[in-house]
Amino acid sequence: MTSHVIQSHVAHAAAHGHDHEHEHHDSGGSTVFGFWLYLMTDCILFASVFATYAVLFMNTAGGVSGRDIFELDFVLVETFALLLSSITYGFAMIAAHKGNKGGATRWLLATFLLGAVFISMEVYEFHHLVAAGHGPSSSAFLSAFFALVGMHGLHVAAGMLWMIVMIVEVNRRGLAPRTMTRLTCLSLFWHFLDIVWICVFTVVYLMGAL
Amino acid sequence: MRQHPQAGHGAHAAHADEGKHGSVQSYLVGFILAVILTVIPFWMVMDSNVSRKATLIAISLFAIVQIVVHLKYFLHLDFSTEGKPNTFSFLFTALVIVMLVGLSVWIIFSANALMM
Repeated sequence: MTSHVIQSHVAHAAAHGHDHEHEHHDSGGSTVFGFWLYLMTDCILFASVFATYAVLFMNTAGGVSGRDIFELDFVLVETFALLLSSITYGFAMIAAHKGNKGGATRWLLATFLLGAVFISMEVYEFHHLVAAGHGPSSSAFLSAFFALVGMHGLHVAAGMLWMIVMIVEVNRRGLAPRTMTRLTCLSLFWHFLDIVWICVFTVVYLMGAL
Repeated sequence: MRQHPQAGHGAHAAHADEGKHGSVQSYLVGFILAVILTVIPFWMVMDSNVSRKATLIAISLFAIVQIVVHLKYFLHLDFSTEGKPNTFSFLFTALVIVMLVGLSVWIIFSANALMM
């Protein structure tokens, strides 16, 4: 009797062990979902800063307003750099899924360079504003502007750092499941930043210049 | 060669997997739509004679449509069995954001109006 119970317990444990192994094989999916949930909290962080900007953007303290400082053709080029980087990352993922290491690396590098173009333009814009005396401490509008656009820029910079790490990892370890999970998370992060940028250029630049 | 952790077993799962990550064609469709949805609002603000209020409404709508395009073609959100948790967590977040931003703006603008 007892031995029967033990035996069935062992059988169960064995079956469970098998299940567990299966789950382990599939754990990349839950990692990606967990990362997605982090992105959702990041969305709420951005939403709070957007709300702050919406509340403060009229308080220019007698200084410049959006209409005076925004150059839309410049912002359009920034937007295109980020949009192109979204599609090059998509191509990197397609190459990676095909097991094409060289292709994935080249597309990741292209994405990195487009990200670098975007960040350089943003740094140039910020430098230009501060040099002209419109730094973040000039008015509530400029504080909110630098906080919102700067936070997006910091995210992009973090994504670029992550991309360098992934390029090295892909070249050293190949496209193992764990690396693919990481590439998938970075893909979500990168495309998510492009979505945030849609809100930035619409709410800050277009509505500001209107 | 399908090494993705989410890849299932068998041809059917592999096919679903293909749909989940998109093809060159679906990325290009998404990109072209995004370009159109970016250029029109910039053009409206930079040099068109549309009234201020109409432009404001139009660029907001273009932004919302473009976000949906990105979610569909780049982030591959859908209502399939595997995609549902992501899609519903996003919809819930969108609800929180609408309340967070919408109510903050409503409260502060009303307060501003009362103080004038």
